[in-house]
Amino acid sequence: MKKIFKTVTGFLAIALVFTSCNNGESKSKSALSSNAAEKVYVAPGEHDEFYAFVSGGFSGQLAVYGLPSGRLFKVIPVFSQDPEKAYGYNEETKPMLNTSHGFIPWDDSHHPDISQTAGELDGRWVFINGNNTPRIAKIDLTTFETTEIIEIPNSAGNHSSSFVTENTEYVVAGTRFSVPVPQKDMPIKEYKGNFKGALSFISVDPKDGGMSIKFQLMMPGFNYDLSHPGRGKSHGWFFFTTYNTEEANSLLEVNASQNDKDFIAAINWKKIEEYVNNGGGTKMPTNYAHNVYSDETHTATSTMIKEVLTVNPLDVPGAVYFLPTPKSPHGCDVDPTGEYIVGNGKLSANLTVHSFTKMEEAIKNKKFDGEAYGIPILKFEDVLAGSVVQPGLGPLHTEFDGKGNAYTTFFISSEVVKWKLGTWEVIDRKPTYYSVGHLMIPGGNSRKPFGKYVLAMNKITKDRYLPTGPEVTQSAQLYDITGDKMELLLDFPTIGEPHYAAGCPASLIEGNSKKLYKLEDNKHPYAATSDAATKVTRNGNEVHIQMAMIRSHFTPDNIEGVKVGDKVFFHVTNLEQDYDVPHGIAMLGANTSELLIMPGQTETFVWEPKEVGVWPFYCTDFCSALHQEMQGYVRVSPASSTIPLSWTLGEDF
Amino acid sequence: MKTNFNYLLSVLLVVLFFNCKNNKEQDQVGPTNGTVETATEKKEGQAFIKDDASAPNVLQIAIGSKDHTTLVTAVQAANLENALVNAGPLMVFAPTNDAFAALPAGTVENLLKPESKDALANILLYHVTPGNYSKDFLKKFKKLGQANGKNVNIEVKGDDVFVGGAKIIASVPAGNGIVHVVDKVILPEN
Repeated sequence: MKKIFKTVTGFLAIALVFTSCNNGESKSKSALSSNAAEKVYVAPGEHDEFYAFVSGGFSGQLAVYGLPSGRLFKVIPVFSQDPEKAYGYNEETKPMLNTSHGFIPWDDSHHPDISQTAGELDGRWVFINGNNTPRIAKIDLTTFETTEIIEIPNSAGNHSSSFVTENTEYVVAGTRFSVPVPQKDMPIKEYKGNFKGALSFISVDPKDGGMSIKFQLMMPGFNYDLSHPGRGKSHGWFFFTTYNTEEANSLLEVNASQNDKDFIAAINWKKIEEYVNNGGGTKMPTNYAHNVYSDETHTATSTMIKEVLTVNPLDVPGAVYFLPTPKSPHGCDVDPTGEYIVGNGKLSANLTVHSFTKMEEAIKNKKFDGEAYGIPILKFEDVLAGSVVQPGLGPLHTEFDGKGNAYTTFFISSEVVKWKLGTWEVIDRKPTYYSVGHLMIPGGNSRKPFGKYVLAMNKITKDRYLPTGPEVTQSAQLYDITGDKMELLLDFPTIGEPHYAAGCPASLIEGNSKKLYKLEDNKHPYAATSDAATKVTRNGNEVHIQMAMIRSHFTPDNIEGVKVGDKVFFHVTNLEQDYDVPHGIAMLGANTSELLIMPGQTETFVWEPKEVGVWPFYCTDFCSALHQEMQGYVRVSPASSTIPLSWTLGEDF
Repeated sequence: MKTNFNYLLSVLLVVLFFNCKNNKEQDQVGPTNGTVETATEKKEGQAFIKDDASAPNVLQIAIGSKDHTTLVTAVQAANLENALVNAGPLMVFAPTNDAFAALPAGTVENLLKPESKDALANILLYHVTPGNYSKDFLKKFKKLGQANGKNVNIEVKGDDVFVGGAKIIASVPAGNGIVHVVDKVILPEN
């Protein structure tokens, strides 16, 4: 009885809270009384304030979300085939996934970074790295399509990538694994002193974003973990965290944690650029793929490049220094002023912050603490700006709000900690659910962050969502950071592993978003840009069907004269010139995906019919009121058949 | 005993909750209605999306033509703007101003009255086919199924194509179909 009364009293108390209707001014911090829902609610038909480009990790793709709603708009295929969009399945995009190892339809996409002008986001392109088969991709933010992929030679585990300099002069790709350069057959245990760590500086054409490897800096055989550019006063420098300065080749979890301090490598890329422009560096034979997609031919080409320019850091005095940083630092983050370089030491109790001004001073005074493979090591105390003392366990990454605050994730203690630059005091901490990796503030790694939200990306969710068997979703969490204290607003599920993200005000991108491709600009060699241009031709056992599609029919839609053993190319052009009217096409028995063709675009799939019969094809995208009528047949005759090729539309009224 | 308490508690909670909700709803009556009215006046839907990149749709073509001001007025009176910008495909047989003027005196004025909205819509939809065919391709047809649910006959005389007795005098491809300009208003049988 007593227990029952207690329960009732408890319920009544809750009921009172509920029925207070939140009319009065709420001072309580409980979720019930907060207006979190209101802050993330984007009414039907309204637009989000920010784009968030969230990497898919082991999915190999890049997902586009809106913030604050967390609504998913598009998954952009980058390094992995995507049957939904035919990326990597149609003949036009297969070359995008070509590498020196052949066609590789998957990768591990990690760190998106948006292009910048004068240190601020310009919303033109997103770059993202493929870890496993080292590659950097560029996504055009007018079409939201992957338009270029460049392979990185001499690299392995392309992790300290793909971060851009202040004017997108370079996108940088650093190797995680050091490897023999050039690759050769040798005992693994002879790693130490023999392997190299390549840091690649890929120049970006300011007009069209075209990428080419300007030079590779051949560093000692450490692991290069993450990197960020200097900005403002430190523009011209790039900073890379290292671990495994022990150069262990086995059981790294123990053997790479022996040194008290590893390094942040400070690279004066302007100095090296000048050296290279004056003819410095050594050309080395190599082999890597450079794949470019054209919006005019709607086709990608893959070119194998056979040479790369390498630079030995010892040949450019004053270009490379090591900043001692405790213990296996992971994230390497530079504040908006360019003064502070944060080393997030995974195994350190404290966060280490270096000062760019002090670094310059120490370099000027030549105050070195020895060298590693000939590269000067600066004294820890000489470059240290300060430490954030015991802020949490397992620091990984830091971003900035542009108001003098930094936000660091802690994997082991599952939290985001807000602290103040300069005083190094901890201001607030909020739990994440669970085990957060990266975090992202739109523009949080530029001169001008938009410090309204921070997005935490979690590796583990366990009980946070409805379970879906052993594999449960990974997740992002949105916090309001406009106040002194952070406020958790929203959880939302993500594709693959939400490894890292880049955010940008929608206003910088949405106005440039392309609506369609102009038919008159279509330079695809097999385009049929009008019904009159449609035809079917035979060249040996290759049959090329140049087909057009418009609501709600294919031209032609009856084709005869195809034979078993033929290789049939469907080159299909979408004749629509109307926004948001893609068409699809799929053929029964074709060993590939559907095509999804945007207005004005031409795409191709190959079908090798193996059985005689009359086989149907149809439109796969619900295009119009008569979508279900949008279909056709191909007659397949025996290999010995003499039936001529014919193609028609609407012959039998 | 326990059950009774729980029951009582549930009722209490429900009552409290509803009190609160009702108050809120009453508070919101005014502004909510206001919003709805504004939205109607604002004219929402696909017809009112700003889009400079797409080829003009059939409605935009009609609006842009000085020979079709009567048709446009009629489409607006029948509230058919959004239907004409739909993904379609839509083939619109667009009578010219002269074609409307040739109707018996008073016909157009009567059709534009609010009480004639359904009759007007029926006539206008009789000018729309879900499809997209060139004048040449139309020569293959004997009849077309129109958007008001009725069929219309096609006749070919020499190089001319007549739809329900109206001659196609020009054709303009549109983003969501095609506009065939015709010299008569096509009237359904009833």
